[in-house]
Amino acid sequence: MLDPKHMELLRFTTAGSVDDGKSTLIGRLLYDSKSIFEDQYEAVRQSSERRGEVGVNLALLTDGLKAEREQGITIDVAYRYFSTPRRKFIIADTPGHIQYTRNMVTGASTANVALILIDARKGVLEQTRRHAFIASLLQIPHLVVCINKMDLVDYNQERYEEIKQEFEEFSYKLDVRDVHFIPISALNGDNVVDKSQNMPWYGGTTLLYYLENVHIGSDHNFIDCRFPVQYVVRPNTDDYHDYRGYAGRVAGGVFKKGDKVMLLPSGFTSTIAKIDTYDGELEEAYAPMSVTLLLKDDLDLSRGDMIVRENNHPEVGQDLEVMVCWFNERPLQVRGKYTLLHTTQESRCVIKDIRYKLDIKTLHRDLEDKDIRMNDIARVVIRSTKPLFYDSYRKNRITGSVIFVDEGTNETVGAGMII
Amino acid sequence: MSYNLNHLKELESESIYIIREVASQFERPVLMFSGGKDSILMVHLAMKAFYPAKIPFPLLHIDTGHNFPETIEFRDRMVEKTGAKLIVGSVQEAIDKGLVVEEKGFNASRNYLQTAALLEALENGKYDAALGGGRRDEEKARAKERFFSHRDEFGQWDPKNQRPELWNIFNGKKHFGEHFRVFPISNWTELDVWMYLAQEKVELPNLYFAHQRQVFERDGILLADCEYISKRPEEESSTKTMTVRCRTIGDMTCTGVWESEAATIEDIIKEVAAARQTERGGRADDKRSETAMEDRKKQGYF
Repeated sequence: MLDPKHMELLRFTTAGSVDDGKSTLIGRLLYDSKSIFEDQYEAVRQSSERRGEVGVNLALLTDGLKAEREQGITIDVAYRYFSTPRRKFIIADTPGHIQYTRNMVTGASTANVALILIDARKGVLEQTRRHAFIASLLQIPHLVVCINKMDLVDYNQERYEEIKQEFEEFSYKLDVRDVHFIPISALNGDNVVDKSQNMPWYGGTTLLYYLENVHIGSDHNFIDCRFPVQYVVRPNTDDYHDYRGYAGRVAGGVFKKGDKVMLLPSGFTSTIAKIDTYDGELEEAYAPMSVTLLLKDDLDLSRGDMIVRENNHPEVGQDLEVMVCWFNERPLQVRGKYTLLHTTQESRCVIKDIRYKLDIKTLHRDLEDKDIRMNDIARVVIRSTKPLFYDSYRKNRITGSVIFVDEGTNETVGAGMII
Repeated sequence: MSYNLNHLKELESESIYIIREVASQFERPVLMFSGGKDSILMVHLAMKAFYPAKIPFPLLHIDTGHNFPETIEFRDRMVEKTGAKLIVGSVQEAIDKGLVVEEKGFNASRNYLQTAALLEALENGKYDAALGGGRRDEEKARAKERFFSHRDEFGQWDPKNQRPELWNIFNGKKHFGEHFRVFPISNWTELDVWMYLAQEKVELPNLYFAHQRQVFERDGILLADCEYISKRPEEESSTKTMTVRCRTIGDMTCTGVWESEAATIEDIIKEVAAARQTERGGRADDKRSETAMEDRKKQGYF
């Protein structure tokens, strides 16, 4: 029986091209965990038949938009869900062809685990490198490399070791902390949910076992206390006449009742009088909890301000170096002005300079090319109109990330990771 | 001490964060309330988000005039309990005013007409953000939906040109006359909703629990016998009393009921966990074509 009290949430991202077996793998995880319903399966079976396809095309489960079904491609990030008694899983399934980087970055931004698929016949491809690089750029804490289609290389251990070594030679240059390799056949189910009888030489776990057990308890920052004020709760009723609560989601660290805190930008200090929620008062709050903090002193804080510990401050400044991934058809403009969204704060910024453009195939830094277009990644220097309270992205994914918004069209045109 | 939230707490925290973002970023938000379990969950989460203050925006119900009577009773009680303001947009009024024309025939439903009534209510109230209880696991077009979903001045959705959403930064910027649909429970599944409602002991309409009702079968779906549906002769003769419950609650003309003995919320969780059909499998409105939901959403449907 399900025991919701002890189920955890794990978000993972997958990326790959049409033929590396990604859809088959996701289909298998969903099918074997009984997360595909009969009517869904029947609808997909009928669609496949109408299209004259051989077998059931499980990609149609996620490619729900008319244009996607017509063109047989995935346009956008698709979210799929399945659960086992241990964990609920959210899959951000990103397409392999158009707008590859943009979608991959979007899916990766909240993921705990990146799942990389390699076709055992083909080995490490350019796409594998791009995917691994983006996973490291977005600081996905865990990487699991599935070497797929092992059935087509006779379940050969040497081939597996060869690809593993090839990947490691490349990935040591990347900033990835935890890499895990699994030989699988998504089509036949080897090492996906059940342990393969065909690869007795493999002593590790199955993919599902890995996803159910990988330690995600340390994926949030529990050291550096950061609380961006999101909304001020003022009931203005007789019962709560002087109530002034600062609502928000803990972005880092552990806040305890009685803690001495500092408020930014004012620099005033105070003490946490109460951590309030609808379900009652709490003794402590940690990421990613949504709570309301009350302070001992009557100070004026508003949205965009930040509550931190007295002895542990974020950086405060207007000049930042950012790795930016560009999302828009209109290229990034040097000297251009954009709206900048960071935690709960909004400001404007100007792009002062482009340090280099990164070739994600070779990881080569091009210092001359300043033409930053859709799906490009570059290191830029920006200046904001007001001071931001930030950490490096490596230290905290929440206080270290920004998005750029076009002031004319209001579109989200870029995502940035603060260095 | 371990700092781990269980999955329901984490989903709750994410949803509360998004509801507070809406209150911060928009001038006139409104919460679309249908009386179904997802919108009941939304009201519950909104109460948590602003506690001890009241929900700082009204609830909007689009009344097709073909509701289960239980839905309206429950809605009014819920409104009284939360102290929120209720606004009703009426499909009957839209028909009377000539804004829309009622469908005819055996499969006539006011489901499609809801869009016009909804867009009119949003325009009249000058609402710039409409919070809804849509979930990505419900339907394949909804799987591509953003938390903050931009709508142009005609209320239309452009699925091919959506804003990327990263981390927990939400871009609610818009031009005058445009609005947003916001879906804070995007990441919940049907089972998550039921487990959470059980854990929180939230009151629910009786329609969700097994009860006796006059039903008949059409295209493999059981429909409740009511004055709003014209039945074919063979449907008339096969109408019978059965023990059923609703998995979703919508307009009576297109909401299928399921044969079920689930009398408590724990029974429902067991049933949902073992279910082999999606909850919208009983929605005749989704079966009109392969992309029925996407087509309606592009026009401005919920």
